[in-house]
Parts: sequence; C-alpha cells; structure tokens
Amino acid sequence: MFGVPEGLSSIFIMSLILIIRVFNMKSNPLFKTLSPYLRYILLTGYFLLSLIIIQSIGSVSYADDATPTPELNGADTAWMMVSTALVMLMTFPGLILFYSGLVKKLSALNTMLMSIVSYAIVSVIWFAFGFPLAFGKDVFGIIGRFSDVFFSHVTSLSGSIPTILFAVYQMTFAAITVSLISGALVERIKFKSWIMFTVLWITLVYIPLAHWVWGGGWLAKLGVLDFAGGIVVHISAGVSALAMCLLLGSRKDMRILPHQLGYSVIGAGLLWFGWFGFNAGSALSSGQLAVDAFVNTNMAAATGLLTWMIIDLIKDKKATVLGAISGSIAGLGAITPAVGYVNISSAFVIGVVSSCLCYVAVSYVKPSFKYDDSLDVFGIHGISGTWGTIALGLFANPVINGAKGLFYGGTHQLVSQLIGVSVAIIYCFTATFLIGLIIKRFYGLRVSRDSEIRGLDESEHEESAYEF
Amino acid sequence: MESGFVKGMSVSEIRGFGRQRGHKERYRGSEYVVDFVEKIKLEIAVEEEYLDKVIEIIRETAKTGDVGDGKIFVLPMENVVRIRTAEEGREAL
Repeated sequence: MFGVPEGLSSIFIMSLILIIRVFNMKSNPLFKTLSPYLRYILLTGYFLLSLIIIQSIGSVSYADDATPTPELNGADTAWMMVSTALVMLMTFPGLILFYSGLVKKLSALNTMLMSIVSYAIVSVIWFAFGFPLAFGKDVFGIIGRFSDVFFSHVTSLSGSIPTILFAVYQMTFAAITVSLISGALVERIKFKSWIMFTVLWITLVYIPLAHWVWGGGWLAKLGVLDFAGGIVVHISAGVSALAMCLLLGSRKDMRILPHQLGYSVIGAGLLWFGWFGFNAGSALSSGQLAVDAFVNTNMAAATGLLTWMIIDLIKDKKATVLGAISGSIAGLGAITPAVGYVNISSAFVIGVVSSCLCYVAVSYVKPSFKYDDSLDVFGIHGISGTWGTIALGLFANPVINGAKGLFYGGTHQLVSQLIGVSVAIIYCFTATFLIGLIIKRFYGLRVSRDSEIRGLDESEHEESAYEF
Repeated sequence: MESGFVKGMSVSEIRGFGRQRGHKERYRGSEYVVDFVEKIKLEIAVEEEYLDKVIEIIRETAKTGDVGDGKIFVLPMENVVRIRTAEEGREAL
C-alpha cells in the first residue's frame, strides 16, 4: 500500500510476458504434451489470476491525489461524452473506410479489420493497465503509478468531468493512433503479427509518450505543449509507421491504385467530422477554448484541402479527389497540436503550409527514397504533426491560452516544442523498430509472396470483399 | 435490332487495349499508366443473310470518328444447340 504496488506490479507484468513467451516456445516440453486448446486455457487462467493478484496488491485509490474541491460540470461532461463518441467514429468507420478505399480490392477487408481489431484491443488494454500507466501519479517523470486494474476504485473527478470519462476519451486516442500505423503496413503484414504489434506498441510506445507529454511526465515539465495530439498521435503514428515499413520491406506493387476511392471520400468526411471531438474535446470542457479549437480545426482542414488542390492544378492542370481529401487530412493533422493555442488566421496559415510540406513528402521524398509507406502515414501524419507541433511555438497567441509563440515575442516555447518533436521522433522510431524486430525474429512480419499476390483477404481471412 | 433478325446478344464489360493504348492516372502526385482501358464487348450470333445489316447498324451506332471506336470481328459459327430442346442449327438460333 505504500509505494510497493507500482514496483511489484511492473515486475509481475514482465514475468507474465516472459512466462507466456517461454510457455509458447516449441522447445518447451510442455508445448508438445499439451494440446493447443489446453495451453490457451491454461494461459488465460494464469492471466486472469495475475490480474486478480495485481489488483489486490495495487489498489491505491485516486482519491489520494484529488485536487481541492473539484466540482462536476454537466455541460462539460455532456460535451466530453459526445467528443469521445466522435473520436471513436474517426477510427471505426472513418479511418477504416479511408484506408480500405485506397488499397487494392484483394486486401480491402484485411485493411478494415486491422483498425477494427486494434480498436477493440486498445479498449481492453486501456482499462486493464493503460490509463493508470499513462495518466496515474507521476513516477520520476517516466511513467504513471500503476494502481488500479479495470478501474474498480475510481470515482473521482478529473477537472470538471469524471475521471473515468477522461479515461475513455483518452482510450479513443490510443486506439486511433495505433490504427493509423496500419496504413503503412497494408497488403503485406501478417494479421497475427499486427495483433502482437498493437499490444506491444500501445504498451511500450504510446503509453510512455502519452505520459511524458500529457500525464505530467518529463516533457510536460520541460514545457512541451501538445493540445490534441500532434506529438502523441500524429508524430508517434507517422514515425512508427516509417520504422515498421522499413522493417517490412516494399510490396510487389508499390503503386497507390485506389480500388474504391468513394470509400475514402466518406472516410475523410467522417474523419473531419470526428476531428471536432478530437480537437475541441481536448479542451476537456465546453467553454470558449473548445469553441476556438472547433473553429480552428475547420479552418485548417479547409485551407489544407484548397492548398493541395491548387498545387495539383498548377502542377498537373487537374484537380484530384484523392488530393483534396489528402490535403484536408494534412491540414487537420497539423492544426491538432496547436488548435487550442492559436487564432483563426494562424490556423489558416498552418493548414496551407502543412499541405505544401506533405505534398513534397509524398510526391518527391517517398519516390526518391523508395520506402513503401503504402498510404502515406509518415508522409501525411508524421510530417503534418511535426509541422503543427513546431508551428505552435511560432503562432501561439497568449490571449487564447497563455502560451507565447515566436511571433508574439516568446522564444522559450519554440525551443520546448523542438525538444519535444526531437525526443518523440527518436523514441518512437527506435522503440517501434525494436518491437518490429522482436516480432520479426519470433513470429515473422510478412505474408508469403504467394499470399501477397492472392491478396490478404483470402490468405489471412478466407473472405473476399467482392464476389464476381 | 428490334426488327427481329437479331434474336439475342451478350454484352460484357472487359479491359483491353488497341492502338490508342492505355491512359494516365494520378494519385498523390505520382503518375501511373493504366495499360488496360475499360471497354464493352458485344457478341451477336446472326444468320448469314443479316450479317451486313448488323455490321452496318453497329458501325452507325458506335462511330464517333475518333480513335477507340473499336472493331468488329466476323467469325464463322459451326453449330448452335438450344439446351432446353436440343434443337440445332438455324432453329436453335
């Protein structure tokens, strides 16, 4: 009860992972003597037992850390519940349609299922151990104090909303972040490897990073600001996607040939719509700040769209549908970190610049380096997130939310932002690369050449999106 | 065609290329050449005396004067069998 739980539980979780690993090794004599079903039943039993033990040794109430006399606000709570549902919609079906429409028809279902399964896995992980590790009481700036499995003891408030609402809101962020990565890995990653990746990546990359930036960790203490997830969501997804696609290697056919671009249009619309919850919800209340964020979101999306279209028109004399929706996502990704710190004219500029940078990344940088970032997760989310996080240090208007950017006479914020961006890029790339290497070594990442040609719908799921 | 000498036809959506070759598509600034163009294939079985008439109708309907109007291939037909009645030849048509 006195500081013991977090140490004990982390050792416990590590030993759990080790035991599962050893248990599943083919060299283990138990592996041969027990039937697969029996092994899984035993493992599940062990896992549940461990959870109960962890819970009993680690039941520290959040009430200890309560700020003085917080009061629940009905309007804030209502808006945050709506925002949570909006962010959920961004993954399922927003991102699912956006990505699936862009792949070739033989892997349309596989692309959908990757994000669907990630959403479900994160929903469980987040309440089992994710939220306390990311947002629990800070331990040395590195990680949150692990205290409460499945939230059985939480009745407290976080600001003016219930802590459990804050937790489920944050859960939808974790879910969309890992789902975003799938866009760089489509049409070639083994489905089971993707499941392993989701679990490991959320635990080892997302949770620490979210703690550092949002949970009172060391980056937050350095003054790094990220209103709605430029670092935690877009840089982390984009950079991790790059690391994983380098590990996976290129597909046989690297072209983007959308099999159903109309899906992607619907998906982009749902993303834009959901992004109001993502950005304005990050105010964690329903007042002026949320409204500022709401309007900035729309402005950057619109200028991003128009800029990409203008580039298309100048360069190729024709506007494209994919260009338009890509531009809107580029604008949205860039405004995300800055959305609660800048005014509307800055949002306008951030959207314009973001589309220019992303266009260069996907049309020139990717082809010249020949990495197969299939649906441009790095090219659009990584680049726009990086730009937006730095732009916060340039455009932050102290009247909006306190932070003072370079153009308003502050240099400190820009320095903090640059540190935050660098740390996030280095950490996400390295940690994701290691996770990928481990999965590659023990299970493999890629489907066979033959499966790739037949398409992942058939080889991984024995289903097909279209019957002829 | 309704005048009675064409008693049925099959229409299929196919992909292919002729002298006009494929076309360009552009996604996120990268240009791809699509080798095969979507086309329509008609298959019409017709008695010999109506052949010229059918060819003339297709030519008049499909002609735009540009490259890509398509071609008509005339092939001999050995036999026709109606599955339901086992009729053969002209009666089966």
